[in-house]
Amino acid sequence: MENYALELRNITKTYPGVVALDKVSLGLKKGEVHALVGENGAGKSTLIKVISGAIAPDEGKIVVEGKEYERMTPALSKSLGIEVIYQEFNLIPNLSIAENMFMGDFIGGKMTVDFKKMEEKAAQVFEMMKIPMNPKTLVKDLSVAYMQMVEIAKAIVKNVKILIMDEPTAPLTEDEVDILLKLVEKLRKDGVTIIYVSHRMEEIYRISDRLSIFRDGQWIATHNTKEITRQKLVCEMVGREITEKFPERKNNSGEVVLEVKHLTGRGARDINFSLRKGEILGLGGLVGAGRTETARMIFGADPMESGQIIVHGKEVSIHSPKDAVSNGICLVPEDRKQQGVILSLPIRDNITLPIIKSVSKAGVVDTKTETQILEKHKNDLRIKTPSFAQKVGNLSGGNQQKVVLSKWLASDAEILIFDEPTRGIDVGAKQEIYSLMNKLVEEGKAIIMISSEMEELMGMSDRIIILYEGVQQGEIEREYFSQEAIMEKASNITR
Amino acid sequence: MGANKENKINVKNIIKESAVVLVLVAIIIVFSFLSPQFFKVSNFITILRQISILAIVSVGMTVVLISGGIDLSVGSIISVVSVLTAMSAVYGKMPTGVAIVIGLLLGTFMGLINGVMITMTGMPPMIGTLATQMIFRGLGFIVCDGASVYHLPNGFKIFGQGYAGPIPVPVLIMVIILAIFAFILGRTYIGRYFYAVGSNAEATRLCGLNTQKIQILAYMLCGFLSAIGGIIMTSRVNSGQPKAGDGYEMDVLTACVVGGISINGGEGKIRHIVVGVLIIGILSNGLTIIGVSEYWQQVAKGLILAAAVAFDAFQKTRKKL
Repeated sequence: MENYALELRNITKTYPGVVALDKVSLGLKKGEVHALVGENGAGKSTLIKVISGAIAPDEGKIVVEGKEYERMTPALSKSLGIEVIYQEFNLIPNLSIAENMFMGDFIGGKMTVDFKKMEEKAAQVFEMMKIPMNPKTLVKDLSVAYMQMVEIAKAIVKNVKILIMDEPTAPLTEDEVDILLKLVEKLRKDGVTIIYVSHRMEEIYRISDRLSIFRDGQWIATHNTKEITRQKLVCEMVGREITEKFPERKNNSGEVVLEVKHLTGRGARDINFSLRKGEILGLGGLVGAGRTETARMIFGADPMESGQIIVHGKEVSIHSPKDAVSNGICLVPEDRKQQGVILSLPIRDNITLPIIKSVSKAGVVDTKTETQILEKHKNDLRIKTPSFAQKVGNLSGGNQQKVVLSKWLASDAEILIFDEPTRGIDVGAKQEIYSLMNKLVEEGKAIIMISSEMEELMGMSDRIIILYEGVQQGEIEREYFSQEAIMEKASNITR
Repeated sequence: MGANKENKINVKNIIKESAVVLVLVAIIIVFSFLSPQFFKVSNFITILRQISILAIVSVGMTVVLISGGIDLSVGSIISVVSVLTAMSAVYGKMPTGVAIVIGLLLGTFMGLINGVMITMTGMPPMIGTLATQMIFRGLGFIVCDGASVYHLPNGFKIFGQGYAGPIPVPVLIMVIILAIFAFILGRTYIGRYFYAVGSNAEATRLCGLNTQKIQILAYMLCGFLSAIGGIIMTSRVNSGQPKAGDGYEMDVLTACVVGGISINGGEGKIRHIVVGVLIIGILSNGLTIIGVSEYWQQVAKGLILAAAVAFDAFQKTRKKL
């Protein structure tokens, strides 16, 4: 038997309706950098949470240095030298670097803190890390990369043995990534075991010794990084048949209704595409690739820095959602509960909010006309509710999404942008949403759909545009759709 | 199942609302036993006259609260309007009607300042209107040099002291305003906008509405209604007073919260104001009649406020469990 720093044996974790981890077994060698790869929702995050003790597995054992545990707790995992660096930092902005590093166990007397000693110790750590840093600096004055360094320093102070890094380079610039990876190499030399989660293939190949592939909560394979080609890796990451059935639809796209030229802003640069009447244009890419940012800019929810938006051949200026709506563009946002609907208001108010002014006579709402509109969409979309006075907060996710859709259908929007339209929606309602989208394009609407679910993206779209790190990676026509082709572009692999 | 859920929530709302009404009834019964002077038509008319200004300004506050803000400057708006309306009539020798229009425009303008400042900078409404509370109050003293403005024309008296038959004019104004705003909030699209923006401003913005405009309008209405309150007050005391409305924002907030209007936005109806204002009004009237000192009245008001909020908070935590 190999000498593992940490071993997972048959870990299973289920959430209602989802198997997040399915009998996962995995061993981490001492002093290796072990990358975890897989699509969004493959189970990587759940696995990290099991190791850090944030959640308890339903079944299985966690073995740390030969000792078996049923589950971890945050305190237990820390005492075993396991530290996690999450994407959101756990730093207090208004305190100094040194104070943050020793948070929880300050050096000093019973009632006092020995700041000088703390700062000296912090300086030693940074010297060892070979990173120039003044421990007295306030964390809020640091760049994101250096905040990450402080997180790592914090882990080193705690005598870390197993360091878990969840997408550590996502917010960093190229130079900063370089600094970080050098530090990871140094930690490995010092015997720290590192679990490295990343979507970026270049990094995984540069830094990791071994990698494990996950898909749909299952462990697929573990390889020595050097021994697997990128193409094969992508294949194993996505490698599955399309399981869901997508309703058939003929491509009958018509004239161009929307053109986006050189769209640039926060999170996306130089995006160019056109959208035709009667088609569904998929927007693919990994989380953080700039898809939502692109959608929000077109909708006027976030400001764009430069670029043109052309609706029906005429350039329009969109500075707010109001401008977008008046040009027939609407957005079904990703965060349904916070942005799509108003949970505390009734279905009635939610659906007619964008058009309520026009169903009013002299300012007074014409409830008769309003009810007619509501009845029409309730029947079309099969919203299950006893009354329009029902608060939207009491509806299921699927029905909430139908309320969002009704809202935009009632306002006669022509260009619909769906951001993750079926996230958190059960299978039955999903099928209804798909049929509805098909019906809409058949009626001559144009749809842009953002989706992180590969099957959904491929099953629904006529064309797919793929973004990577805010840059457009190209377009794939339906006949050339394949998971490999999409994943390659989405992870920026060039053959 | 959905139907059950809805019914349950409605029942809960009814319990919550009727609890406040029960408190109101209980207070009336207790005072009726404690004093023979209390339960009389003439005393009720007196109570209504006493609460009229409070009710009118509470309507303004409610509009702001529903749309997700708060206005701590209402008392100062009353003061500025009181002083400048009186000065226009007395020193400016303007006809009463013109002086009143000036007062109303001024109040609306101060509301506009509040609204623009808060929506443009994104500062917390509580801090923004705390600032304007001080600014407006200071300006009120500056324009009249701290001196009250006396010798108002006789025509001015009607708003605070006049009667339409047996009904005092301020009560009439109050009833009209309550009716108008019940209509605006319940039946017009502007009313829907107020509730939407107060419930979830971002979702409302993403519906293609100009949320800033809606919020500014709420503050303007609040300024306008505070100005009406200020003019009635000026008329009642027959002089322009820079001290008028000092601390009034707290009375108004108390009435709103006791009546059941949420300070978190998106919730509240005109009937809540009626109940809240009546509880506060009857409490001070009754306590005065039975000879309880001003200080103990403060204590009583505070207790009622704490009880109302505690009851509400209790309901919410129970919902979570």
